[in-house]
Amino acid sequence: MSTSDTGSEAAAGWLAPSERSRPIRVLIAKPGLDGHDRGAKVLARALRDAGFEVIYTGLFQSPEMIATAALQEDVDVVGLSILSGAHLSLFPRIMEALRERGVDDVLVIAGGTIPDEDVPELKRLGVAEVFGPGSSLRSIVEYIRRHAPVRDDIAQ
Amino acid sequence: MRLIDEALAGNQRALARLATHIENDTEIGQQAVAALYARTGRAHIVGITGPPGAGKSTLVNALIGQARADGRRVGVLAIDPTSPLSGGAVLGDRIRMLERHGDEGVFIRSLASRGRRGGLAPAISGLIHLLDAVGFDLIIIETVGVGQEEVDAAAVVHTLVLVQMPRSGDAVQVLKAGVLELADIFVVNKADLGGAEELARELRGMVAMAPSESRWRSPVIVCSAVSGQGIDDVLAAIDDHRRYLTDSGELARRQQSIAAAEVKTLVASAVDRLLRDSSASVAPPVEDVAQRRQTPRAAALEIIRSLALNR
Repeated sequence: MSTSDTGSEAAAGWLAPSERSRPIRVLIAKPGLDGHDRGAKVLARALRDAGFEVIYTGLFQSPEMIATAALQEDVDVVGLSILSGAHLSLFPRIMEALRERGVDDVLVIAGGTIPDEDVPELKRLGVAEVFGPGSSLRSIVEYIRRHAPVRDDIAQ
Repeated sequence: MRLIDEALAGNQRALARLATHIENDTEIGQQAVAALYARTGRAHIVGITGPPGAGKSTLVNALIGQARADGRRVGVLAIDPTSPLSGGAVLGDRIRMLERHGDEGVFIRSLASRGRRGGLAPAISGLIHLLDAVGFDLIIIETVGVGQEEVDAAAVVHTLVLVQMPRSGDAVQVLKAGVLELADIFVVNKADLGGAEELARELRGMVAMAPSESRWRSPVIVCSAVSGQGIDDVLAAIDDHRRYLTDSGELARRQQSIAAAEVKTLVASAVDRLLRDSSASVAPPVEDVAQRRQTPRAAALEIIRSLALNR
């Protein structure tokens, strides 16, 4: 039951899909209970300045909140900042919540105070990269540019 | 199309994917709107506008809760500005709307303004159609924080709510033209701060003096979105306005003007694109204008004629 959408054939080209190039969309969230969001805010600002669209959801996010936001916002990248030390208990729950909602093709990256010895476990869970203290903003921007998933049906 | 069927069946993943297609004006996005348009026209579309910091997002969050309490499905499109320098954006409205994350009856999408002025986003109408078609009863559009002149939201919604906060200006502010004249409902938020009743009184005085042909008198409601005080009154006023639109026949007129505004926007964007894509054919008349051989108006007419013939 579609409505007539063609109008005059001759003019249809005027409103052909513009396929405008699309900014990379990134969700920045802070799971868990530590109240330090300075790093996340600085990163959000840097990603904006790099031309990304950043959905910033701030502090104290549960895995379910993060997964729902990633789902509804249809982001390409989920960036999680954790300074509480609870990463090994939070990340499995976050990855599971994403999977439950069918969000299976986002790039998940982590930042914050995560000891080197925990990085392999996070990568095993599906976290693509971990940016520890001292990582430059530029390296994060570059990493996202290089690794954000490319969707073959939408211009990037 | 599989995505459309899934979205109609309530799959939020498919709905979000379609929203991305529509936002980026892809082939799939255009096909989706074409396929779904016949199903639209049922939702109540409400605009929430007002200056930055007035509490628009917090009010939207409170309204979601109130509307969910009586079983309505609520879709939200929340717009924040795109940086004119980088083309990027920080979309921060969602931060105040996280309470109902487990609720399938709520769908919230953040949008960047992507160069559109007037407090909206380029794809706003298509996204409203999408949410309308898949069965959201109430669709809330939260505009970019606006000043006095951004009145575009009035052209895409049934009911426009202007949110203000106390102590943000003296009595002269309420005399100013613009968005104040177009609001169907005034909300004075942050009642907890004090000074709210004074502002409400001034607004009520303004509404009483305003010349109006319609029988609707814009109510002025004091609330605190943070504490929840007065939120039931805000939703009741929104519902009253919907009832008024239906009973008075005004709804049909609004549907007409919303349709007219959307069609005009499409025509204007097509002309914009043609001008951008065909700068070669625009160049000679422009050169004539610069050399004073032709007036700007004559050159514009020449370009319009050639654009129309070339297709």
